Amino acid sequence: MEKIIAVLFMFAVSALLALIFFTLNRLLGPRKESVVKSVPFETGRAPITLPTHRMSIKFYMIAILFVLFDVEMIFFYPWAVVFRKLGILGLIEMGIFILVLFLGLVYAWKKGALEWE
Amino acid sequence: MNTAIGTIDWIPVAPFIALSVLGFLIMIIGLFFPRIYRETLGTITLVGLAVTFFLILQNWGEPRYAFANTIVGDKFSTVFNGLFVVGAALTILLSLNSQENRYLLYADYFTVIVFATAGMVLMSAGTHLLTIFLGLETLSIALYVLAGFRRENAFSLESAFKYFLLGAFASGFLLYGIALIYGATGSADIQEVTRWIQQNSLTGSLMLPIGFLLLFVGLGFKLAIFPFHMWAPDVYQGAPTPISAFMATGSKAAAFAALLRVALSTQSYTAIAWEQVLWVIAVATMTIGNIIALRQDNIKRMLAYSSIAHAGYILIGFIANNELGHSGMLFYLLSYTFMNIGAFGVISYLSTAEHEFVTLGDVRGLAYRRPFAAIAMAVFMFSLAGIPPTAGFISKFYIFSAAVKAGYVWLVILGVINSMISLYYYLGVVVQMFMSAVEEKAPATATQQPAVALALVVSMFAVLGLGIFPSRWLAVFMEMARSFI
Amino acid sequence: MPLTYYLVLGAILFSLGVLGVLTRRNAIIIFLSIELMLNAVNLTFVALSNHVQNLDGQVFVFFVMIVAAAEVAVGLALIVAIFRLKETVYVDEINLMKW
Repeated sequence: MEKIIAVLFMFAVSALLALIFFTLNRLLGPRKESVVKSVPFETGRAPITLPTHRMSIKFYMIAILFVLFDVEMIFFYPWAVVFRKLGILGLIEMGIFILVLFLGLVYAWKKGALEWE
Repeated sequence: MNTAIGTIDWIPVAPFIALSVLGFLIMIIGLFFPRIYRETLGTITLVGLAVTFFLILQNWGEPRYAFANTIVGDKFSTVFNGLFVVGAALTILLSLNSQENRYLLYADYFTVIVFATAGMVLMSAGTHLLTIFLGLETLSIALYVLAGFRRENAFSLESAFKYFLLGAFASGFLLYGIALIYGATGSADIQEVTRWIQQNSLTGSLMLPIGFLLLFVGLGFKLAIFPFHMWAPDVYQGAPTPISAFMATGSKAAAFAALLRVALSTQSYTAIAWEQVLWVIAVATMTIGNIIALRQDNIKRMLAYSSIAHAGYILIGFIANNELGHSGMLFYLLSYTFMNIGAFGVISYLSTAEHEFVTLGDVRGLAYRRPFAAIAMAVFMFSLAGIPPTAGFISKFYIFSAAVKAGYVWLVILGVINSMISLYYYLGVVVQMFMSAVEEKAPATATQQPAVALALVVSMFAVLGLGIFPSRWLAVFMEMARSFI
Repeated sequence: MPLTYYLVLGAILFSLGVLGVLTRRNAIIIFLSIELMLNAVNLTFVALSNHVQNLDGQVFVFFVMIVAAAEVAVGLALIVAIFRLKETVYVDEINLMKW
């Protein structure tokens, strides 16, 4: 129970701190509106286009592939923990697992999902 | 823990491995030979399915467990897996349609069908809730893809989208149920759960009955039984026709396999007296399916409502909960596979790339334009309506007599009334085909489609064969039902 | 902490997910709600795994995560395809066929 109180206390303190900093910022900071200031910050240069255009579908393809392969990796952790216990069979099974993933990669590759241009 | 390779029993897993390898094989062939004839790909797939069928038959006999009791080869899984592979093979034949499916990327399409079949095999052979869950998800994800395979078609996409949202929603319930069962009994292995229930009681912990309830809700979505049936009409209407047939038969049979496996081995269903609830669900499922089907003009949508109604009839066998009931369910699922794939197959046979042949107006006077298709459709409609001497009649007969034996007379009476209602819309199609005059503006669809025709002939022979000589098959299913209890 | 806390938290999260699926109209939000349901189940699994003193529950969590990832891939692909065709992700506007 004490642990929970400690955690709650930490939550309270951090929330309070955040609140204090925001309030101080409000109270102490100077506020002068100007045209230059309201322009979106883009590496210090004047913006070339509006930032509202659509995202390219390529990002989406890569993101989906990343999610899939990335999440499949979680099977490696429990496998690595008991690797010695599993012996040669475990190695073969993981080999088959990687082979299946590899076939998926080959499929994505041949279908052109990895081409950027 | 040190399992040597030599000690694994490969026979129970062989069908699953064969299907996985087949799926990858077709995928790779399609990748490296994109210009391959789809008939060649289809033939490879069919040969692979035949090999799988042979491997499945090796499992007939005493239960053989493998992979830490997560998968089993027994009479139950043999019968169901055989059914799935036959359904998949017929679906492949329907897909070799030279007209309707020009847009399908065949290698990908066949790959996903084979993977879906692998999921079904896992569902019927799984003896661990994890295996059943993985099988269900393999099947479901494959079906989401298949339903949306016509990417440029708004109906197909909408169908896949709805199926996906509701399917994922349902698998959440299924999983929560599994979690509670696991928490109550300390294991998700069905045998362990059964042992726990025998030692303790089913209702001792509140978690266990709620867990089973949620598990059955999850499966109920797949079965499209009331009150979880809303998705079926939209999904079946929008999906490519062979896939609608595949979903209505294979995926339904797979969900029934999982339901039977879990409910029968744990006896969880008799112990909580859910008969009353199931009784209401079965009657509501039949009635809603049949009543709404009366109003449909689109044959695919009508078949979807009829498939809801048929799930209700099959549930009667489950409620009867005796040997004849269980073997009757199997018999029903087998005949339903043939007659339903046949009925969807006729639509696929007549459709062209430009025009999907689905409304009652389309079939008007069909008997004079395309006699073969009309006769086939009539046979399947008679069977779906349950008219002798077709398989549909015999299956209903078995299921109803099982229910009478178990004392559910009223349920049977309501079932018979429902069958009579269904006569109206099934025979309506036949009347349109044979009695109405030929419309001149009807599209000319005289193309040769040998693969689809083959599937239709096979299904017709099966429907009539099962109807005229049912006893041999019933004996096989009875043996399965006996082995299970 | 007693097991009940975790189970109740899991149940609350699951119910929130169910509510989200039933009440929201944006496909992406519905999808997120489904993920919330799955993760509520994961929490339940881990808590119960600790309770019954074996690791099966945690193994389940791994598989649930994998399956969820596969569903995300297929589901997002479908949502993108629908958006390209119909310029909307609101489920009540995706209604060529009545629900």
